[in-house]
Amino acid sequence: MSFTKKIVVAAAFTALGSTAALACEISARVSIVGNEFPAIQTVGANAQACSGAEVSTNLTADHQKINLPGMQGNPAEYTSAIIANSSIVALMNDDVIRPLDDLVAKYGGSLKKNQLITINGQIMAVAFMANAQHLVYRQDILADMGIEPPKTYEDMLAAAEKIRAAGVLENPLGGAYAAGWNLAQEFNNMFLGYGGEHFKPGSAEPNINNEAGVKTLNMMKALSEYMNPDFLTHDSNATSAEWKAGNVAIMNMWGSRVGPLRDPEGSLQVVVDNTAIAGPMTVGGGSIPASTLWWDGWTVAKNISDAEAESTFMAMMNGIDPSILDNEEVAEQAVWLIDGYEPTEAAVGVFAAANAGTIPYPMLPYMGLMHTALGAELSDFMQGKESAEQALADVEAAYIAAAKEKGFL
Amino acid sequence: MKHRTFFWFFLPTGLAMVLFIAAPIVSVVMQSMFAPHEAVIVTVENCGPFGCTEETTIDQEATREVREAAPLGRFVGLDIYFDRGHLAVAEVGEAWRSTDSLGAFFSKLGNLPFYRAIGFTLTYTFVVTPLLIILGLMIALAVNSLHRRLKGLVIFFSLLPMIVTPLIGSLILFWMIDSRGILGSAIQWMANDPELSLKASTGLTWVTLIVYGVWNSAPFAFVVFYAGLQTLPQDQLEAAQIDGANRWQQVWHVVVPHLMPLVTFVTLIQLMDNFKVLEPIVGLNAAAHATSLSWIILNDLGGETRQLSAASTTSVLTIIGVAILLSPVLVRTWRDFKGKT
Repeated sequence: MSFTKKIVVAAAFTALGSTAALACEISARVSIVGNEFPAIQTVGANAQACSGAEVSTNLTADHQKINLPGMQGNPAEYTSAIIANSSIVALMNDDVIRPLDDLVAKYGGSLKKNQLITINGQIMAVAFMANAQHLVYRQDILADMGIEPPKTYEDMLAAAEKIRAAGVLENPLGGAYAAGWNLAQEFNNMFLGYGGEHFKPGSAEPNINNEAGVKTLNMMKALSEYMNPDFLTHDSNATSAEWKAGNVAIMNMWGSRVGPLRDPEGSLQVVVDNTAIAGPMTVGGGSIPASTLWWDGWTVAKNISDAEAESTFMAMMNGIDPSILDNEEVAEQAVWLIDGYEPTEAAVGVFAAANAGTIPYPMLPYMGLMHTALGAELSDFMQGKESAEQALADVEAAYIAAAKEKGFL
Repeated sequence: MKHRTFFWFFLPTGLAMVLFIAAPIVSVVMQSMFAPHEAVIVTVENCGPFGCTEETTIDQEATREVREAAPLGRFVGLDIYFDRGHLAVAEVGEAWRSTDSLGAFFSKLGNLPFYRAIGFTLTYTFVVTPLLIILGLMIALAVNSLHRRLKGLVIFFSLLPMIVTPLIGSLILFWMIDSRGILGSAIQWMANDPELSLKASTGLTWVTLIVYGVWNSAPFAFVVFYAGLQTLPQDQLEAAQIDGANRWQQVWHVVVPHLMPLVTFVTLIQLMDNFKVLEPIVGLNAAAHATSLSWIILNDLGGETRQLSAASTTSVLTIIGVAILLSPVLVRTWRDFKGKT
């Protein structure tokens, strides 16, 4: 466990001082696997406050590589997986999570209706936070140059040109464009912004090699001209680091990552004071933002005893108990969907995204394969080694090969 | 040794080999020939924090029946071997027909994931292996001629690259060669080009990966050669000296022939290791510029939807690749062995 992690857990536990009074008595083992960022650490630590049986957590950035294998056995190693709308699909595809309707009826009194993720009428997950990528900008630089915070990607390009021409910053734009998952996600954002649909309606046939796809790639290429030349190696962490060092003035970034940008520890003071956020931008005259909406939630494994399922549900309910929001630090960790959450200033971007009609990340059984194909095949285009049409044809071909193997085509 | 004695002697090793080497290979070959069943898809209404949408999902009831009837999945034979993600037979044929020069053909080939990966993997293997053997030998000779008291310390530092976990080693290098890192800035200063970035250029990324590979593996060659040097026949060396051989001639005509079996050994091991290059590509975030067969396997398994059959197929192709790569050395060793008996 890293030092910072210990601090976070310790802080979460201290925050729990008051909630520990909440009776959470469980009778069977609980084992949680999930991603690693402050909000999820909080949920995990709160679940561990239950007494009566062991509650263990395994929170790691590699969670999606281990959650499925860890739930396929019988009995499953993990009784609960914390997932997002993209990663629940893999668990659904292999049928390793159980419907929660009876448990929600019994113990889920404090849940709001919009927290319940229903698939085909059955509750399959309980969401506790929302997330989206949106605009982050340096208000000092923009104000000095007389630039309004961009509402569209076209404005963003114009602003970048102005900032570069004035010699303020050499590479004023940021973006998580690392080849792989991140680059594919930026494509998804922009593609949806241009009104694209990844698949032909009602089928698993790819539908990206078209005008919207070409426009998307050309826009991404244009933006990348204003980024650090190493952009294909910059994931969200590296992009955040560039921001904290004051090298970037405008970027599209995850709402859940804005907090650390304003942390005086690691950020320049001028960055801490001037990091401002706003809703996601649109592109190409479209009205739907070029971004996607995400939720994070938890599930309960199928291959475990009913007693374990019940204990897991109770522990996870304790993990997202409304009382955790009494702690101000916890309230700012995410855009919580929990009852009683008052939006903080850090939530502005994600709320703006939801209100502007941003499309949720598609929960389709074959979307993961499309995402992987995009991540592997787009980098040649971004380096100027091939045309947009060729890159998109490559993506479709790679996706079709994968989808045929998995039995979707 | 009697056959009976040999059998009992070999049994534990044999069992372990069957269990840990043969069985996994059989399992991987099986998995590469079976793919998941056709998914039975239904359109359903999904609801969540952002409202309800009509989306497709897998019909678990129907899928379970198909799965129970044939738990291995559907038999696809060599289909996956020939699909675009692997040998891409159709695409290669098409590229051959539609191009009129070899250059254009190879550029089309480089667009297919398997051939792109094999291109880097082979370059890496055949550049890194000889370089690390030469470097290892040079370090071994240098250390061997040091004063006894200094040796321990120098050996320890020479071994450091091998002791450092490959992923950590490559991460450290990744930070150092960043355009704002110590090495990155130094190179920019030396080249007098503030725009220069090692990470943004395919050629320079390959060079970085190769340099890392040599740095990481040279200590292995060094240790082996250093051990070999301790058994150097002094009388031959002295004879060479009396004949007036200079240091270079001594090394070339006495030391190297003496170490030849070890060179073969290091070559074998390193060809195998380098063909499976993975950590530096991950650590240096270099997938945009260089991929390897092992990286393809990781990518197939690391996506939100895991492609077990595709990963198994690439694994089998890797095994075949290693076998082809090692065959000349193995054949030579076998001939030497036959020659002796």
